[in-house]
Amino acid sequence: MLAYVIRRVFQSLFVLLMVGLVAFSMFRFVGDPVDNLLGQERTQADIERVREQLGLNDPFPIQYVKFLGNVTRGNFGVSYRQGRPVADIIAERAPATLELAGVSALLAVVFGVGLGVFTAIRRDGIVANFIMTTSLIGVSLPTFLIGILLIYIFAVELGWLPSFGRGETVQLGWWSTGFLTESGLKAIILPAITLGLYQMTLIMRLVRAEMLEVLRTDYIKFARARGLSERAINFGHALKNTMVPVITVTGLQIGSIIAFAIITETVFQWPGVGLLFINAIQFVDIPVMAAYLMLISVMFVLINLIVDLLYFAIDPRLSADASSRGH
Amino acid sequence: MTNPLLSVKDLVIEFPTRFGPLTAVDTINFDLAPGEILGVVGESGAGKSLTGSAIMGLLDPPGRIASGEIWLKGERIDNLPNEAQRAIRGRRISMVFQDPLTSLNPLYTIAEQLIETIRTHLKVSESEARKRAIGLLDDVGIPAAERRIDDYPHQFSGGMRQRVVIALALAAEPELVIADEPTTALDVSVQAQIIDVLKEQCSERGASVILITHDMGVIAETANRVAVMYSGRIAEIGPVKDIIQNAMHPYTVGLMGSIPTLAQEEDRLVQIPGSMPRLNDIPQGCAFNPRCDRAFEKCRIDRPDLIDQGTRQVACWLYDETVLAKGKIA
Repeated sequence: MLAYVIRRVFQSLFVLLMVGLVAFSMFRFVGDPVDNLLGQERTQADIERVREQLGLNDPFPIQYVKFLGNVTRGNFGVSYRQGRPVADIIAERAPATLELAGVSALLAVVFGVGLGVFTAIRRDGIVANFIMTTSLIGVSLPTFLIGILLIYIFAVELGWLPSFGRGETVQLGWWSTGFLTESGLKAIILPAITLGLYQMTLIMRLVRAEMLEVLRTDYIKFARARGLSERAINFGHALKNTMVPVITVTGLQIGSIIAFAIITETVFQWPGVGLLFINAIQFVDIPVMAAYLMLISVMFVLINLIVDLLYFAIDPRLSADASSRGH
Repeated sequence: MTNPLLSVKDLVIEFPTRFGPLTAVDTINFDLAPGEILGVVGESGAGKSLTGSAIMGLLDPPGRIASGEIWLKGERIDNLPNEAQRAIRGRRISMVFQDPLTSLNPLYTIAEQLIETIRTHLKVSESEARKRAIGLLDDVGIPAAERRIDDYPHQFSGGMRQRVVIALALAAEPELVIADEPTTALDVSVQAQIIDVLKEQCSERGASVILITHDMGVIAETANRVAVMYSGRIAEIGPVKDIIQNAMHPYTVGLMGSIPTLAQEEDRLVQIPGSMPRLNDIPQGCAFNPRCDRAFEKCRIDRPDLIDQGTRQVACWLYDETVLAKGKIA
């Protein structure tokens, strides 16, 4: 078990290195940051001076190694545009994105699993069929369109909820939260639904398919023959057996919720790291972009690691020490 | 038979299809005495397992009981509401399935599954249920039950798992155990042990058994009575000894004849020519007539009902009084 975890951590580190390399090499094609840093009135000497100062004259591999060296010391560099350390800027923006992603993921998992189980148990019911049909909308509509639709209905026409921003926030240490004010809570509803809807429908359809599969198995039949209650069978026996594939997909989806937040944050002008990234691209703010990509890949790698470890918690057949006792 | 434990009366099981209902089990009748072991044999598709599922109240839709009644100790159980049927399942009638590798939930320990079953039906504490569970595992011959109880199903061999399944079936002291081909999926070497455990534990508890199987040898060693099913009907039912020594229905005769013996030194195995008709293609008259070498005119027109023949009943025109009286056949 421990050996497995260590092996996975090393694999993860390798993945991160590769992501960094790919991301870093791409930035060379985004444009020249110096154009944006210096105004119209620049001279060739100014350009040379700034290039030297930022280390842009070094060959690419050296730039990358320098970047890695700094990153391991927690130094992500200084934003070209804002002139402040990137780590500070991201730390400032991260709570907004994490709160949004957290609420979206919660919505997606709770409603996805709940509706998935419901539509599997009531397979031929009218309500279940209605839910299945509407879920196609969630799968097929692009995120930004859902966001704009929601804004149109709830912000423009009905005027119930704000159309942009995060509302008032409260500072808890370095973490700024929108959960403690009414305007903050109101502001998170539309973006959270927008961001989580696709994942919710995906999880729902997956849970339903897996659940239908499990309900056909012999051990469910035997559980019925033992006279267990429908509730114990559906939620105790069937649901647990559907969880392994569901957790895999859910884990990956939580990763993409954080990554996809870019679009939702743009639509709703949500002051998170996604919006920061979009703005950074416009200004070729390489340190911000690099730090953001590294952050996202760390998240993905971490989530995958957690997913792998969760398998062991759910399925006893996977744990090595147990199988060595069996015969 | 006085006060049967179970009575199946005129049971008909149908599957609705676009071309009208298919009758999979057609008007079968039998009684089961307390403590009795009834063997049910027949080819695949003869309706053995469906009959078992119907008694459990666990017919898979779209299959349904079209008519007939099932009585358990003087109480009709086939028309009870779902919740009342559930209370009977596992508590008064329980079931052992064919494949022990798939009958146990892989994600729960044996202890969890046993205790859950016990506490669903009996008002006992967690620790009391655990004690009972260990006792049950002991009874069905799991060595070191106290230690093994917290293992998961995948840590047991096939034969051991079937013992666990039997323990689960017996957990709430049922009056009737329906064993649906309990040894078919097992190694030949452990089949006899499993049958022994089933027989011994059920007789100790006074539970009746309906033993569904292909294997006439198992029936011969285990059952008190046997019902031979063919194409959804009972062809012959009676004490095992009588039927094995002197089968009356031509189908039973064929079944007995197809059991290879060690004394025979033939290259070819004996078989009944042809195969059982499909449900949508059951011939007029006796369903067995196209394969029967003693069939005559009446067999192709009218369907025989069970006829009393001493200790047993046979559904065959050969034993009909009027037919015998006319002397149409030698």
